[in-house]
Amino acid sequence: MDRRTLLKGFAGVGSLAATAGLSMPALSQGAAARTLRFVPQANLANFDPIWGTQYVVRNAAAMVWDTLYGVDAALQPQRQMIESEETSDDGLVWTFRLRPGLKFHDGEPVRSKDVVASLTRWSARDPMGLMLKAIQNELVAVDDRTFKWSLKAPYPKMLLALGKNSTPIAFIMPERIAQTDPFKQIPDYIGSGPMKFAKSEWVPGAKAVFEKFADYTPRQEKASWLAGGKQMLIDRIEWVVIPDPATAAAALQNGEVDWWENPITDLVPSLKKNRNINVDIADPLGNIGSFRMNHLHPPFNDVKARRAVLTALSQEDYMRALVGDDPALWKPLPGFFTPDTPLYSEAGGEILKGKRDLTVAKKLLAESGYSGQPVTCLVAQDQPITKAFGDVTADLLKQMGMNVDFIATDWGTVGSRRAQKTPPGQGGWQVFHTWHAGADCVNPAVYNAVRGTGDKAWFGWPTSEAVEKEVTAWFGAKNLDEEKAAVGRLNKAALEDVVYAPTGFFLSYTAWRKNVSGIAKGPLPFFWGVSKTA
Amino acid sequence: MLSYILRRILSTLPVMGIVALFVFSLLYIAPGDPAAVIAGDQASPADVERIRQSLGLDRPFLVQFSSWLWDILHGNLGTSIFTNLPVAKMIAQRIEPTFSLMAITLVLTILVAVPLGVVAAWKAGSWIDRTIMAFAVFAFSLPVFVVGYVLAYVFALQFEWLPVQGYTPLSNGVWPWFQNLILPALALGSVYIALIARITRASMLEVLQQDYVRTARAKGLDQRSILFIHALKNAAVPIVTVIGIGIALLIGGAVVTESVFAIPGLGRLTIDAILRRDYPVIQGIVLLFSFLYVLVNLMVDVTYTLVDPRIRY
Repeated sequence: MDRRTLLKGFAGVGSLAATAGLSMPALSQGAAARTLRFVPQANLANFDPIWGTQYVVRNAAAMVWDTLYGVDAALQPQRQMIESEETSDDGLVWTFRLRPGLKFHDGEPVRSKDVVASLTRWSARDPMGLMLKAIQNELVAVDDRTFKWSLKAPYPKMLLALGKNSTPIAFIMPERIAQTDPFKQIPDYIGSGPMKFAKSEWVPGAKAVFEKFADYTPRQEKASWLAGGKQMLIDRIEWVVIPDPATAAAALQNGEVDWWENPITDLVPSLKKNRNINVDIADPLGNIGSFRMNHLHPPFNDVKARRAVLTALSQEDYMRALVGDDPALWKPLPGFFTPDTPLYSEAGGEILKGKRDLTVAKKLLAESGYSGQPVTCLVAQDQPITKAFGDVTADLLKQMGMNVDFIATDWGTVGSRRAQKTPPGQGGWQVFHTWHAGADCVNPAVYNAVRGTGDKAWFGWPTSEAVEKEVTAWFGAKNLDEEKAAVGRLNKAALEDVVYAPTGFFLSYTAWRKNVSGIAKGPLPFFWGVSKTA
Repeated sequence: MLSYILRRILSTLPVMGIVALFVFSLLYIAPGDPAAVIAGDQASPADVERIRQSLGLDRPFLVQFSSWLWDILHGNLGTSIFTNLPVAKMIAQRIEPTFSLMAITLVLTILVAVPLGVVAAWKAGSWIDRTIMAFAVFAFSLPVFVVGYVLAYVFALQFEWLPVQGYTPLSNGVWPWFQNLILPALALGSVYIALIARITRASMLEVLQQDYVRTARAKGLDQRSILFIHALKNAAVPIVTVIGIGIALLIGGAVVTESVFAIPGLGRLTIDAILRRDYPVIQGIVLLFSFLYVLVNLMVDVTYTLVDPRIRY
């Protein structure tokens, strides 16, 4: 028997505990340091960032596909795959030139025709893309590295549209893939970004693997969110799906994983006590809680009933139900836009400030004509955020004297039922809860939920001409001051019409082992610049 | 016997047909919409509707059912709405972890529970019997996930002997494979051990009262032969029945256990598919489990003939 056969014998059958160290395929220290094991916020169930717009898909796709522009930490779009751009004097023709040397993961160069196909598919699904499509004359490839977008009207927010981080992002795919119907899934995952997707190792619900793309050409600038040099210091990233938070916490403490994207608040104290683990705020842009009312049916088709809710609603109750007693994790939000961002406004926010007044709320409710009919409140119990919000809302509405029909269900059912415009007694609804990533609430372009376009608006279908007028004003703004003024008026109008009721601004943590460094705070986990020691 | 087995296998066909119709109908009328889940929170109602159309979910019930049935009859379980992967491939990816967990749990259970039950019956009324039955009540009363958390805390976090989560394929070595399954099997098996131990005790108590056991004792046979060769064989029919039923319990328990220990098995696939309303995957898994359950029942019936020569088909 030779040495190799003997070792195989040990590795294969082994004498159990005695051979524990031998039977594992021993990774060298270097190999271990080049593999990062990451626990994502959710299961990566599909991998088409245009077809499926869940955040988890976007987060994975940001590694695999590059973008023409990328929004940085200052919320400004910066060139990414683009070398230069020109705009005609009338603002109607945009000419873009790609950086040289860009390659797809199959070795093919990135050409303008790939970009045109990718933008065509993206613009069929994205709100800003749809606006562009509506005013588009033509989008054509001029040569392999140049493409031209001609418009019927100026679109000053072009670079933001191409570089924003809200879903769906304008990722660049090979033409043959990007030609897929935007309402069907792409058949292949050939990317343009710094990591390749290892499709053969993908076990949806359990594992997704990404490998470094050796031919990726990062920019020279320092990385900042989706902008700058996406330098990969890790060769392999394994996404390990761990549905149970307690198990994820234990796995992080045990060194079985390196980084947990979003530990639940209850488990953070125990993680903070562990000397091998760092815990910090994941995304300074945080999230905005939403109490969404149906504007089509009584009682919330009357603005007085909606104002009654705002008058009585205590954001502190919602936030404490969600994050407990950690004051670092929340703040009141008398408005709709993300705090500490350039367009944040509290204009019109008085109704959400100060002592909550149930008497006034009851009076407003009575004036709206409410007379005790059931109010159907959809509460997804499988999402900690919506469950906490739902419980507080049920109590609030009861205190206001409403007859609450509390529908405890799952998010899948809420997702389906909230699309029903029929009256609550016929499958519709009056209230549901959700939350919006702060990154999606930094300006009106990426903020569907604040729009008041009636039938075409987001679920709840608010109609507000005043809001829409200010959205248009913001799109046409020539400088930041004009933008701020428009958003201030928009905020006030949205509170007056109560497009929805904000339940507060909250943050969440992320946790990683101390042998991992380079983790940046941001609206998604950025893997460039992250390194690990064994 | 062979014709009996063939008849039983053939009889599974109508059973599977009824299961298929039942599952499809249930999912059709159940609330929820995969299109809404796919579209995400920022999607407009129009986007959701377009996705629903592209998935064919807006077609009438009979059209959808007949199309699915036709595919099933051609050996095609369909394609996952979400992953775009064939359902058969997704099930194949997940079968090994679940079957490994079930097999180890089953072996562990039989090796522990049957001797415990036999000893408890033998020492009926003694402190040994009372201790074993107290353990059985305790194990029966604890939910699987609580046992799982406690085991993980003690053996993974405190002693650092075993991993907290995950699964290593058997092809990577027996010990790595077994290492990942020890805690889940203990957690999943605790209830099952309690159940089988109690049934074994009850069945053995009855058998130990029989005349032939007294005769065996009178002949001077040693206690081990009496208990494990003569008595246990005659007490085996109810034990085998409960083990068979227990396999169904294991399937249910695997759903929880796989979630607690992050094992990428069929249980987790089922939960994920239900939460997302991934209809083809749910239908494929339910059909598979129904078939397995029918098969287990058949195996139980055949096993009766091995332990009781009076039973013939």
